[in-house]
Parts: sequence; C-alpha cells; structure tokens
Amino acid sequence: MNARRFNWPLWAGFLLTLIASFSYFAFFVRFPVTRDFPWANLLLFLLAAVLLLLGIRRGFARDRAHPTRSKILTSIVSVFGVAIFAFFVFVIFIGGRWLPPSTGAPHVGQKVPEFTLSDSNGRQVSLNELMSTPIEGKPPKGVLLVFYRGYW
Amino acid sequence: MRSIEKSLARFNQAGIRPVAVSADTPEETRDWLKSAGYTFTFLSDRNADVIRRYDLVHAHAGEGGRDVARPAEFLVDPSGTVRWINLTENYWVRARPEDILDKAKLLQ
Repeated sequence: MNARRFNWPLWAGFLLTLIASFSYFAFFVRFPVTRDFPWANLLLFLLAAVLLLLGIRRGFARDRAHPTRSKILTSIVSVFGVAIFAFFVFVIFIGGRWLPPSTGAPHVGQKVPEFTLSDSNGRQVSLNELMSTPIEGKPPKGVLLVFYRGYW
Repeated sequence: MRSIEKSLARFNQAGIRPVAVSADTPEETRDWLKSAGYTFTFLSDRNADVIRRYDLVHAHAGEGGRDVARPAEFLVDPSGTVRWINLTENYWVRARPEDILDKAKLLQ
C-alpha cells in the first residue's frame, strides 16, 4: 500500500504551482502573446489547483495509515500552493501597476525635448542626429524612443 | 526589446529608428546587449536627467534605490513632434511592434 501512502497529486500540484509561477518570468515573458496577459500561467495554475484538490481529498481520506499527520501535511502544502498563486497574481496584476502617472510626459503634437546621451560604446549621440542619420540610405521617417527600466 | 530586435528589418523598411533609453551605464548596457544580441541603439541616461525631463522617472525603483525610467514609447517624426505615445499602466503589458509599425504609417 505504499502507493496509497504517497500523496502524488498533492506534490505534483504543489510543484506545478512553482512551475506556473516561475515559468512566466523565465520563459513566457519573452513572448508578447503570453506576456501581456499570463493566460498560459493561469492555465498551469488551474491544472495545479485540480491536482491540489485531488491531493487534499486523498490527504483527508479516512483510510490513511496516519490520518493526523497526513491532514497536517496536506494542509501545509496546500496553503503554500495558494500562497504562491497569490504572490503571482499580486506581482502581475497589482505590483505591475505601481508606475508613476507621468502626466507631464510629452503629448501627441508636442515637441520632445532635445538631448545628447552616451550610447553603449560611449559615443555621444544627439536626438537630432538620430532623426537625420539615414536608414538604409534614406532619411528616417521617425524615431521610436523606448524608455525602459534597465537590464537587470 | 526582444520583439523590437526581431522586427528590426520591418522598422528599417518603414524608416523608423528604434532607440532605447535607460539609466544603466554604457558598460552595463554594452555587456547586456552582447549577451542578448540586440543591435539597435541603446542610450545611457545615468543620472536620469533626460528621463526626468520627459517626466518618466520611477523614483527609487532601481537597483539600490536608484531612479529609473518607467516603461514608455514615443513615436517622434523628424521635426521632433510626438505622433504616438504608449504609457503602459501595467509593467508587464507593452506595445507590440506590429501596433507600433501600424501607427508609423501616420508618418509616411
């Protein structure tokens, strides 16, 4: 009855909550389709929830060899699983919105402030230069300024 | 960044030059570009002066409490006039290259 004692759905469910969470940052964030809304990760969480529920049923079954130990372990693992899900939802849907409003940023129709900054080779580059240096032999039609947080 | 790099040929074709700006040092940026394989222009605004002038400072959000830029994209025509902006409300949601290229048609 060894197989009966090891609660595999519980542990598989728990492992899957970890995978569901970290795979977003390690993998799914690379693709706009899975990044903008983390549906792939939420699907993994759903699967994890099903496994955890099966695990809870198993852990609380009356015919277990050590009912009390099994119930405590099942409860702890399930709570951790839910906590991982809560952490993920928090980081993506709440933490992700903690951005300054930037109401003073240049609006459509306004001129952007000119600047000169150092490129990755240490060369000083001005916005004027970026807007006038030809692209494949033709004058540029525009510049896409992409501000980002940093590489880390 | 990855999606912009992947669409670089289409940006070139449309006559649009992507330029990234952050508060990282040129050295940090250079190492990162090398490992990530990015080839377009990355500029370093170490003291976030330009980022501040564009009102895009995310205060103390960087490494060791440094001021960094919040994500933002501006499509600017050669006269320096803004033609399109994207100020995302959620850090994890960004403008897609195909949408930007679509807006770039305004500049033809």
